[in-house]
Amino acid sequence: MSVPHKVGTVKSKQATNVKAPVAKVVKAAGKKKDEEEATDTAEGEEWMPGKTLVKPPDQLDLTEEELNEEITRVLTANNPNAPQNVVRYGFKEGCYKPIIFVDQMAIHFELEGNLVHKESDEGRRLMAKQAEREEGTGAEKLDNVAKAGEKERKLTNQFNFNERASQTLNNPPRDISCQTEPPPRANFSATANQWEIYDFYVEELKRREKSKEKQEGQVLNKEEDKSKKKIIQAETQSDDITQLAHAAKIIERMVNQNIFDEVAQDFMYFEDAADEFRGEKGTLLPLWKLQYDKAKGLSVTALCWNPKYNDLFAVGLGSYEFTQEERGMLLFYTLKNSSYPEFIFNTTSGVMCVDIHEQLSYLVAVGLHDGCVAVYNLKKKSDQPVYNSTASSGKHRGAVMQVKWQKDDLDSNHNFISVSADGRVVSWTLVKHELVFTDIIKLPATDKVPDDLKDVIATAGTSLDFHKQKDHHFLVATEAGKIHKGSKYYSSKFLETYDAHFMTVSRVRWNPFHPNVFISCGWDWMVKIWDQTIKSPIFTFELKTSVTDVAWAPYSSTIFAAITNDGKVHVFDLSINKYEALCQQKVVSKKTRLLHIEFNPVNPIIIVGDDRGHVISLKLSPNLRKKPKEKKGQELPKGPEVEIAKMEQLLSSLR
Amino acid sequence: MAEVEDTLKRIQGYNGVIGSIVVNAEGIPIRTTLDNSTTVQYVGLLHQLTMKARSTIRDIDPQNDLTFLRIRSKKHEIMVAPDKEFLMIVIQSPTE
Repeated sequence: MSVPHKVGTVKSKQATNVKAPVAKVVKAAGKKKDEEEATDTAEGEEWMPGKTLVKPPDQLDLTEEELNEEITRVLTANNPNAPQNVVRYGFKEGCYKPIIFVDQMAIHFELEGNLVHKESDEGRRLMAKQAEREEGTGAEKLDNVAKAGEKERKLTNQFNFNERASQTLNNPPRDISCQTEPPPRANFSATANQWEIYDFYVEELKRREKSKEKQEGQVLNKEEDKSKKKIIQAETQSDDITQLAHAAKIIERMVNQNIFDEVAQDFMYFEDAADEFRGEKGTLLPLWKLQYDKAKGLSVTALCWNPKYNDLFAVGLGSYEFTQEERGMLLFYTLKNSSYPEFIFNTTSGVMCVDIHEQLSYLVAVGLHDGCVAVYNLKKKSDQPVYNSTASSGKHRGAVMQVKWQKDDLDSNHNFISVSADGRVVSWTLVKHELVFTDIIKLPATDKVPDDLKDVIATAGTSLDFHKQKDHHFLVATEAGKIHKGSKYYSSKFLETYDAHFMTVSRVRWNPFHPNVFISCGWDWMVKIWDQTIKSPIFTFELKTSVTDVAWAPYSSTIFAAITNDGKVHVFDLSINKYEALCQQKVVSKKTRLLHIEFNPVNPIIIVGDDRGHVISLKLSPNLRKKPKEKKGQELPKGPEVEIAKMEQLLSSLR
Repeated sequence: MAEVEDTLKRIQGYNGVIGSIVVNAEGIPIRTTLDNSTTVQYVGLLHQLTMKARSTIRDIDPQNDLTFLRIRSKKHEIMVAPDKEFLMIVIQSPTE
């Protein structure tokens, strides 16, 4: 009766989900039972027609398909209890890393055995101990044996057997681990660009050169070395901003460019279109106005453009009044920074004239009001002149009115010539650290001076100019109104004398192109143009007040500009209009006198200095810069010959 | 030394200049005429930009180097002049 029931249960067991190893066992058991039951059922079926399958109430209901579905079982040797997410801290990466291979061994039972091999060390030791004990306790042995025997006879049954056990206290296990201090870490990053490598090589080169120099120069004084070391130390120690000078300069120029942006644009690009409709006339466009507040009260006494850097010019400041206090300045401005001068030199007395060397544009010669001449070197940062003439070395006894650099002499020493109010024309040579002077000529006394005083009262020279091609010829103008033409090689007499003006001649200049023409202007309101072969002037212009300066334009042989006491600039072009100025423009406010004018050698601008210490730059309009017109079909010949020809044409028309 | 200080003072006094900052090689402002937070912001941003610009110029030709950098915006113009160890920044608004 229980048989069919068993059959049913067995079958149900087969169908349920049981764990793998257990399932196998059950299956095996089930199979055995099945076989047994099969035989039983075979017998049982004879007398029990109906049999019902009894299912346990919680058995899964599966469809036929699901019952027939084959389920594969995989046996693995993994320990299901082993952890799968063990992590360890790795110092190399600085983070926790998971460990993939975990010990899969599951220990079910562990028993330490107490059998020791008799040949091993421990075995031998124990046997030796036992032998000792046997020898030692011979008497006790009998008792022991008897007791052992007795004990052996004692049977262990569940009523009579006592076993006592004790366990030592298991100390709670503790994990103590130690960790070394990790090595100190720092983040380092750098780039290795092509230019960084290049920089490094350049520095390496410099270092090697320095070490070479040091080796060569070890003969130098120790003192010099010490001073050098001090300087080097100071440079490396200072955390301050002396090295910022270059950047600060650039920034200042940029800021100025922004402020005077319109002016800069005008300077570069503005061409007055109205000139086409103005006929011959031209205009002057005011550009920058340069001033230095510490130069207040001083007048501009000299202007000179730098031949190499076309935006740099020198301004000499002093005073024409003899009663005013003696002080002077030499300033260098650049058009790129119109707010502050680039170089500032303070002089002990007023500067009267300035000249910059043609080739070495860092050498500047100045003539001072007290008769000294000085040479400054712009490359050196000092405030003092490199050379200075003193009373002993033949300085002038009157204010030096003009200085001009000459070509280097035969010993390749630099030299320059000065003319002063004491009537002497002197040549100065720069020899090592001194100025050596040579008198060239003395200006002849005027007729008005009585004979016996002729040696005492000097005729003051006011202006000096050297011929562009034959540079031994020069012109010197005097306060008396005469112009003398002389030569450096003749020290006793002048080659020629021209009665130029009734009053002081303020300026005399050779024409930059034509070899025979020069211009002069004086306080007698006149501007005169001369041919050196003719005693009387070719052109004479009368401007309404005394003319303080006149200058030829560097780009044309027939254009010149003159400035007068009333603040006007007059620009003439003889090839266009022989009688009138093309432009007469007032450029300063009332009561300011214009004192000096210079054309820029390259750009079409002029600078004008006034008696307030200001320098104003003006741009010449196109009408004032006209070149000779091209004839149709013919190419315009360029070069100084054209200019000479132009002048020659003019002159011949007058003769 | 005094000359540079003079120049800095002058620059600050020019028409339209809003502020000027001098930064040392590590990117720390050592002189400034603006308030702290603005300075720090300008320095941080412009330092990177200048380095990038300089790197660009030098990568193209290692013998070349950046002279200055100008950024004109609607409201004002930022001018940066880098040096070997320093950086000078000036902010100027157009004078109109």
